[in-house]
Amino acid sequence: MSTLKYTREHEWIRVEGDEAVVGISDYAQQQLGDVVFVELPDVGKSLSKGDEAAVVESVKAASELYAPIDGEVVGVNEKLADEPALVNSDPLGDGWFFRIRVADAGQLEALMDEAAYKSFAEE
Amino acid sequence: MAETRQQDLLQTPLAALHRSLGARMVPFAGYEMPVQYPAGIIAEHNQTRQSAGLFDVSHMGQARLRGGNAAEALELLVPGDIRALKPGRQRYTMLTNDKGGIRDDLMVANTGEDLFLVVNAACKGADFAHIRTHMPKGVELEEQPDRALVALQGPKAAAVLARLSPPAAEMRFMDWRALEIAGIPCTATRSGYTGEDGYEISVAGDRAEELAGALLEQEEVGPIGLGARDTLRLEAGLCLYGHDIDETTTPVEADLVWTISKRRRSEGGFAGAETILRQLSDGPPRRRVGFRIDGRAPAREGAAVTDAGGTEIGTLTSGGFAPTAGQPVAMGYVTAGNDAAGKQVGIVVRGRSLTAKIVGMPFVEHRYHRG
Repeated sequence: MSTLKYTREHEWIRVEGDEAVVGISDYAQQQLGDVVFVELPDVGKSLSKGDEAAVVESVKAASELYAPIDGEVVGVNEKLADEPALVNSDPLGDGWFFRIRVADAGQLEALMDEAAYKSFAEE
Repeated sequence: MAETRQQDLLQTPLAALHRSLGARMVPFAGYEMPVQYPAGIIAEHNQTRQSAGLFDVSHMGQARLRGGNAAEALELLVPGDIRALKPGRQRYTMLTNDKGGIRDDLMVANTGEDLFLVVNAACKGADFAHIRTHMPKGVELEEQPDRALVALQGPKAAAVLARLSPPAAEMRFMDWRALEIAGIPCTATRSGYTGEDGYEISVAGDRAEELAGALLEQEEVGPIGLGARDTLRLEAGLCLYGHDIDETTTPVEADLVWTISKRRRSEGGFAGAETILRQLSDGPPRRRVGFRIDGRAPAREGAAVTDAGGTEIGTLTSGGFAPTAGQPVAMGYVTAGNDAAGKQVGIVVRGRSLTAKIVGMPFVEHRYHRG
């Protein structure tokens, strides 16, 4: 199993072969509070790094999830439609958002590892 | 996140208690207030609907209006029937402007000796200045900034309060009385902002922590933040000032005509009466309605409302996922002729149209103790 990388916008990405799984960090879900709805991208959509890829609605507000790298969406977490609270209960596991085909592996190097993200989030 | 204490924000007498309970504090109406505790908004919402919740609403403005003609004088500023308010009773009304718009909504209780007013935190300075300007000689407004206000709400609130103050059980919805609660002198009304049975309790600021502690010691009671306060009042169909009602909306447009008695409708004599009475007879140009939204995506303040053909007919003023109703709900204004319950509408969220239906409110039945 590959390790997690993080963005400054509190997304995580885990590379699996030539694809990667994307979700939001435990810190992010804590800040959002109870998640009540997730709007996921269409499978087949081409994303560029920084594009708005998904929307997370908590009780309080709507927040965007941005694409951490370039690539095509190859799958989404259908379970979130009925169980959006998985984002709170298991943000790094069953609460994942979508899978993306990695277009440029070099973009991953700019992301933070777990330790760097932890100190970033605590600032 | 680092818990930085914001220097320019006011604190209620319960600020230290909120922190000790692990609250996340946010700025609200100039105060640092708890938005949620570790349980989270949905758990706090359910706690209030199923058992009992304690809310700190000390940021709200409390005042006494004294003098023989206080009721007559206040009636010049509100469309509510204050002269008919009997000792020991409370009523909901609004301060209106000359155009019939709402300066603020407020509670007025007749204590037998004077009138007790509770106004919104964000408006209290302007409200009290406005009232003072318009009072005749002999009617005095005394602000009570040193008093705290807590709300105990939920189906078990009555049993809890009766344990600490047996006379509380005798109160009916919208009664006011002085109570000694756990040995602490208080005044209370049987009312609230959740749609549930419950009480709002006024207490000296320096006894507030003691009172809150005595209430939180009861096993049925949990602390509730502003986040759940908003989902609870939305489900109850109650207006949030500055969002669902403001200086540009009249009580008729806001569907609050039930607060205006027959006598006041026939006599007028309050700020904005010309507009309000005309709207009462001819109908308002728009009206506040409720919406139940299909699916799970919430729609929020500012979203456009369209008819089935896509023509814009209104705007949302509040909305979100309603935990007890189990679906997204909203309230907002639609133009005259488009406000019938059952009408299918569209609500535009991020460029897509969600299907929704206009419905009567509340979204969750009120459970007031009418005795």
